Amino acid sequence: MTLKNPGNLALAGIKAALFALLLIPTALMAQGWFADTLGANPVESIRRSTGEWTLNLLLMTLAVTPLRRLTGLHWLLRLRRMLGLFTFAYACLHLASYVWLDQWFDWGAVAEDILERPFITVGFAAFVLMLPLAATSSNLAIRHLGGRRWQALHRSIYAIAIFSVLHYWWLVKADVSMPLAYTLVLAALLGVRGWWRELERRRQLATAPAHLPQFKGKVIRIVPK
Amino acid sequence: MARRTFILAASLGAAGLALGPLARAARTDGAGLGPIVPGPFGTSEEQTPREDIVSYNNFYEFGTDKESPAINAQKMATRPWTVTVEGLVGKPRVFDIDDLLKLAPLEERVYRLRCVEAWSMVVPWVGFPLAAVLKAVEPLGSAKYVEFVTHYDPRIMLTRPILRWPYTEGLRLDEALHPLTILALGLYGEVLPNQNGAPVRVVVPWKYGFKSAKSIVTIRLVETQPATAWNTSAPHEYGFYSNVNPKVRHPRWGQATERRIGELRRRPTLMFNGYGEQVASLYQGMDLGQHY
Repeated sequence: MTLKNPGNLALAGIKAALFALLLIPTALMAQGWFADTLGANPVESIRRSTGEWTLNLLLMTLAVTPLRRLTGLHWLLRLRRMLGLFTFAYACLHLASYVWLDQWFDWGAVAEDILERPFITVGFAAFVLMLPLAATSSNLAIRHLGGRRWQALHRSIYAIAIFSVLHYWWLVKADVSMPLAYTLVLAALLGVRGWWRELERRRQLATAPAHLPQFKGKVIRIVPK
Repeated sequence: MARRTFILAASLGAAGLALGPLARAARTDGAGLGPIVPGPFGTSEEQTPREDIVSYNNFYEFGTDKESPAINAQKMATRPWTVTVEGLVGKPRVFDIDDLLKLAPLEERVYRLRCVEAWSMVVPWVGFPLAAVLKAVEPLGSAKYVEFVTHYDPRIMLTRPILRWPYTEGLRLDEALHPLTILALGLYGEVLPNQNGAPVRVVVPWKYGFKSAKSIVTIRLVETQPATAWNTSAPHEYGFYSNVNPKVRHPRWGQATERRIGELRRRPTLMFNGYGEQVASLYQGMDLGQHY
């Protein structure tokens, strides 16, 4: 058992620890809610915290692939599903904090917000795009879809991430420092993927067979019978 | 509502301890307020707990979240302090803050405060009509608007250009002279805490909270509509008038309802924040959808 290859038992331990760790923000929010220590506007506090944790987890999910490649710790990939599902769980809490605590199921007001307030429109779009990803997270779904199709579907995480950060940008009134920070992290995570893709393209070009000297004479087409 | 009241009662001891240092700082910072008489237009609605009014503030110079101003504003010295009243007036004057305190009898004005972010409070201000100051300097006939310039000290305040510093606000002269418009110097019978705009702020209860500029240093009477901080920052969102109006749509917050701090369910927002009887006549013939 090494850091590079922790073995199944150690990995199960890591997963259990991560699971417990990711429950902590929810536990703290619940504790704050019932102890009334969330300040003058607890509804706003819950809405904000659930939103920030959704973004944090989304970026952590997107960090798995680059981290794995940079560190060579391939087992990191086995944490990605849990991170993705926690992202979805916090997005659900975030949506619930808005629909339930904030609007108290005033569906008319919710519909008006989705249609008229750009930051809510884009946030809701990000949530809707998460649904198929959460629904196809099981091994069964991966096998059913086939690796390639599953991967193509799950690339929509990039759009979800961009929508989520936009959601934050369009929410803030004037101080854009927090959305800017999330944007920079997201840009790095997407940028490194783009850069590696470019490197791979160059590598394939470099190893392709050398070009034949260009033929200058008359070309006779050979049409197979 | 019930949840909050219950929990408030249960945690009163701890809260009192936590607020001790802030409350003391406010009291020793300036002179006492002296006698306070009950003022007109007061609402009998339940007042927002002082603890919430002094811990949930929008005062961007001291941080853009709600909690920072209560901490960072303590760095601001509110003595000595002068308020310059100038511009299109017959008798321009520089008021020392302690003279300003004695300009008119201090009244308690219990007003609703409605923030553009769709939350609200009921605040027992202490102050007197702004008209008392304006009349003392004798406005000229050419004066049509009043501009408020607030304190800006880059050594203790944010320097990032989030808004145009110093923060400025403005009113039409008739709005500024309206008996509802006050200069507030106190809160809950005590000297105004720094995070609430010490030592002197304007309170215009029928407009969104940001119109009620804090920590004022200059009051200028002018002929043309002055530039105001939020209007300059996002003119399509924050109009010069910014009267509380549940019918004017906003790209971030539905304005039809609001959350009263301490309550769980939203309540409907009232036109002019419930002060229509007093102020609707100021806007007769104006399209308030256009002049939002």
